[in-house]
Amino acid sequence: MRFIFKTRYEQDIQLFQHSGQVFWYGLLAAVLLVAPLVVSPYVLTQLSQVGIYTIVAFGLMLLAGFTGQMSLGHAAFLAVGAYTEAVLAIAGVPFFVSMPISGLFAAIVGVVIGLPALRVKGLYLGIATLAFGTIVEEVIARAEHVTGGNAGLMVPPVKLFGLAFADGPPFYYLCLFMVLCAGLILINLLRSPTGRAFVAIRDSEISAQSMGVNLAAYKTLSFALSAAFAGVAGALYAHNIRFLSPDQFTVVQSIELIMMVVIGGLGSVHGAVFGAVFGAAFLISLPQVINALKPMLPQALAEATGLQPTIFGAVLIVVILFEPLGMYGAWLKLKAYFELFPFYRKGMFRRQKTFQKSDRLK
Amino acid sequence: MQFIQLVVSGLAQGCIYGLIALGFVLIYKATETVNFAQGELMMIGAFSGLFATTVLGLPYWLSLAAAMIATALVGLMIERLVLRPILGHPAFSIVMVTIGIGYMARGLVTMIPVVGTDTHSLPTPFRGEVFRLGGLVISAEHVVVIAVTLILCGALAAMFRYTKIGIAMQAMSQNQLAAYYMGIPVKRFSGLIWGISAAVAAIAGILLAPLTFIHANMGFIGIKAFPAAVIGGFTSLPGAIVGGLIIGVVEALAGFYLIEGFKDVAAFVVVLIMLVVKPTGLFGERLAKKV
Repeated sequence: MRFIFKTRYEQDIQLFQHSGQVFWYGLLAAVLLVAPLVVSPYVLTQLSQVGIYTIVAFGLMLLAGFTGQMSLGHAAFLAVGAYTEAVLAIAGVPFFVSMPISGLFAAIVGVVIGLPALRVKGLYLGIATLAFGTIVEEVIARAEHVTGGNAGLMVPPVKLFGLAFADGPPFYYLCLFMVLCAGLILINLLRSPTGRAFVAIRDSEISAQSMGVNLAAYKTLSFALSAAFAGVAGALYAHNIRFLSPDQFTVVQSIELIMMVVIGGLGSVHGAVFGAVFGAAFLISLPQVINALKPMLPQALAEATGLQPTIFGAVLIVVILFEPLGMYGAWLKLKAYFELFPFYRKGMFRRQKTFQKSDRLK
Repeated sequence: MQFIQLVVSGLAQGCIYGLIALGFVLIYKATETVNFAQGELMMIGAFSGLFATTVLGLPYWLSLAAAMIATALVGLMIERLVLRPILGHPAFSIVMVTIGIGYMARGLVTMIPVVGTDTHSLPTPFRGEVFRLGGLVISAEHVVVIAVTLILCGALAAMFRYTKIGIAMQAMSQNQLAAYYMGIPVKRFSGLIWGISAAVAAIAGILLAPLTFIHANMGFIGIKAFPAAVIGGFTSLPGAIVGGLIIGVVEALAGFYLIEGFKDVAAFVVVLIMLVVKPTGLFGERLAKKV
């Protein structure tokens, strides 16, 4: 078992708390760096997609997990980023210019939706973002001269410094680099005063306000940052998929994005990184796993079109019922079991019952 | 005349939204959970109605009752198996669980061979009949929808006003803990509420069937019922119906007078305006938190 005695403030805000974390993150980085040498091009595209979703998950983690704001319309921000990038890329704007613009544009849209969010909370916010997501989807489908409407839009490959980052390893490394940057931004943000303010808002708006946290500013900022993450991810998404159409950014997609964060686990700072990465990996790999398992199932069951949503729904329900902190929570329990080996007791992680606690008056 | 014609068909469509919204409000008032699977319950109701008429050969009104009972059982089961273990958890988890239920319901129905992936029409005794009223042409389907909604609202209002169970449910919706202390079996009643709400959803599904068709994705109409519930105020039963009617009429008018495509988002534009102007909705209760 590892004990960490903190004697100085610097120790409290270190990026890595102990050498074990350095080791695991290093191992993850090493595996991801050599991945293109080992895996097939198809898997590499999927890995890039995991990276892209991880960036979205970082943003959602910030919004839902740390500021406590529900968003059921996040696909809209992804769409705004993707279409901005696509339009700019077709116009010939270099990637390192167009990508920040995509993020910025999504952030501006995030502020627009963040403003009504100041007046509504919880469930109402969820419905407001849902409404917003549907409107954006429809606008994209109708603005045919810009977005190509329902016919879709082809996206040219990324060009950086005159080199084509079309697909394969270069694009993968680009995604990896962006994930790293986004992760560092998230972690550093969360240990800054801004991040503390977010957490304070999540835990209690009233006490946060009485401690001098400007609710309006921080809530809007949280929406803007979360949208910016999604916008940047959208820019990468456009180049990875290479074809955009409005039906990629529906309400169902928004819900799947939220699902990813819930399954990954809304946890601590490292939990956010862990949860985002694994939630994204889970969301991408589940259809593949189902496909791989199909030959083992009875014929009629394997060919049913409803198999995938059923399993998605079942996984979501089981995770929330038995492991509300998601895969990160499961990992914590496993870790505690081995660290405390002979002394682990069954009820250690029993949830406290918050029976009949009301959310309505929040 | 065109205008009134549009309003009438909007009202009929709005009744469906209102009925789904009624399900949201019933559950939200009593148990403070939001059921994102309400549209899917409606779909299950429609499919069980279809099963009752085509396979069992029941007459239309009897199959309506059968579908109500079947869907109510599904609702009871959902509450018992999934919702009760996480009672009192943050709204976010509960929303996610009900979304998961919706996913599963849609997936399971699609998995039924042949039936699940097809579009069906429900045979009704009044199909194709029309009433003429002055220059207005009102189809029998619309009249039935509006009439059944009125009857159902009356029945629910009477239940909440005059029966012991209804009054106990009102007490529960005001303060769950106090109701519990007064001897109201809160857990059993929240199951009952889920059952009633599922039965209402089944009615909505069967009424919607002649207007559109029965298919696995018809539950997505539930997403349009959220605006209805919010406009009425999420805690008001009459508000849900009024909200539904407003959404229905706005949609019908937007579909005719405004540019193409606006019809699909009209409900959401209205709800965004409502949330900015008056987040508690038209009939919402004003609740204050004591610190």
